[in-house]
Amino acid sequence: MTDIFGVPIVVLLGQLLLGLINGSFYALLSLGLAIIFGMLNVINFAHGAFYMLGGFAAWLLLSALGIGYWETLIAAPLMVGALGAVVERLFLKRLYRVDHLYSLLLTFGIALMLEGLFRHVYGAAGKPYPIPPSLTGGINLGFMFLPMYRAWVIVASLAVCIATWLAIERTKLGAYLRAATENPGLVQAFGINVPFMLTATYAFCVGLAGFAGALAAPLYQVSPGMGSSVIIVVFAVVVIGGMGSIGGAIVTALALGIIEGLTKTFYPAASSIAVFVVMVLVILIRPSGLFSREA
Amino acid sequence: MAEAPLLDVKGLEAWYGESHVLHGIDFDVRKGEVVTLIGRNGAGKTTTLRSLIGVVGKRRGACSYKGADLLKVAPHKVARLGIGYVPEERGIFSSLTVLENLLFPPAWQAGGMAVDEIYGLFPNLKGRDSTSGTRLSGGEQQMLAIGRILRTGADFILLDEPTEGIAPVIIEEIGAALRILKDRGMTIILVEQNLRFAASIADRHYVLDQGKVVDEISNNALDANMDRLNRYLGV
Repeated sequence: MTDIFGVPIVVLLGQLLLGLINGSFYALLSLGLAIIFGMLNVINFAHGAFYMLGGFAAWLLLSALGIGYWETLIAAPLMVGALGAVVERLFLKRLYRVDHLYSLLLTFGIALMLEGLFRHVYGAAGKPYPIPPSLTGGINLGFMFLPMYRAWVIVASLAVCIATWLAIERTKLGAYLRAATENPGLVQAFGINVPFMLTATYAFCVGLAGFAGALAAPLYQVSPGMGSSVIIVVFAVVVIGGMGSIGGAIVTALALGIIEGLTKTFYPAASSIAVFVVMVLVILIRPSGLFSREA
Repeated sequence: MAEAPLLDVKGLEAWYGESHVLHGIDFDVRKGEVVTLIGRNGAGKTTTLRSLIGVVGKRRGACSYKGADLLKVAPHKVARLGIGYVPEERGIFSSLTVLENLLFPPAWQAGGMAVDEIYGLFPNLKGRDSTSGTRLSGGEQQMLAIGRILRTGADFILLDEPTEGIAPVIIEEIGAALRILKDRGMTIILVEQNLRFAASIADRHYVLDQGKVVDEISNNALDANMDRLNRYLGV
């Protein structure tokens, strides 16, 4: 058996895989967070709650209505996105003209209310969600055993992230969005419905969080606290990548997932703070983030 | 005048937050005319343009245009009526190239110019397609800001100080381009501090002061009224 610094290579690869999976969730969540910050100037503290809602949507659709995994993967993001659209229309859009802090407090409040509501109704305990039959089992890669569902999570989230990035960086719609962050009044004067675009952007990004939640359901249990435990790391990812940098958020998320995995292997005690140590270093050396444009 | 004006502004008031900026603006623009709004800094010229397209806070009054009241049209639908806006700061997007900037505004009406035609009007832009929009000189950015409106099929153009901070040679080119547009039947409102430039293309001038129209002078009578005008402008 080959060892690296006294750690069997199989264990190392296993932790790397776990890190990559965590990184995939970080990527889906931080991508949406970065877009919302970049386009709407909102620090969306409710993002973790929407992720939790995605998980609960999956669990409820299955346990109450018997709707299966694949349909849920479409339905959960749509439901969460629709709720996001309502939140944007009713509350957030009134706060664009005032300081960031107001929308931060609003979304933080929404997160607390949603989490409290679900804890009250469903209790704090985790709800199990079965792995869909078509994705059970795994592949023996020779050096390690790769569970199918975990492979699927990595592929699905990467595909969604890359598609989103392409849509924003390479399409006309994306150009409208980017231009609207520079000069919303002028984009509107050109005949583009900017308020609608902002609602759609928020709904889409929050829908991404819902998608992540549904994707996570079979892997972790569905619980009211699942969002708040992941959101702090995701904020660190966005800060490290550079607020508003979309590509940066994806790359940083995967890298940090892996760094976390490696720390777990070599020095488990530090694994839960590894991300924050990186964040402190980045803030010291490059305060606006690794991938920010203005730095 | 037999024909009703294309744009008829009556008692236009506007606010930026708490501050009351326009106190009842009255003017009209007939089809195919070039009309200038002149006046000192802070007289309300830019605000008047911005009120027409709905990017100020609160507005009151009436702005009838092609049978619609512009004050009741949602801001993102004004462009669809054929109104093109060229802002004072030019508003070239730094995240887009010259060509992307040019192609950026959607074409809402038929009859917009083709890209080659726009390059014919502003040869400086030609061959700069993949340059970042804000790497152009101020004058070239101004040309780009006008050019991108021409693609949209707009036939009514709101031009805010196109000569500000621009080299005289480029000012002449922009003036020549505007005369071509006028000959093509475009209607233009020009906000301008440069009287000589304004006189070289305009039909009529409205003088604004403290959020009101205080005078109207036809271009033919400009020389005869120079003293009066200079008093308004505080020259």
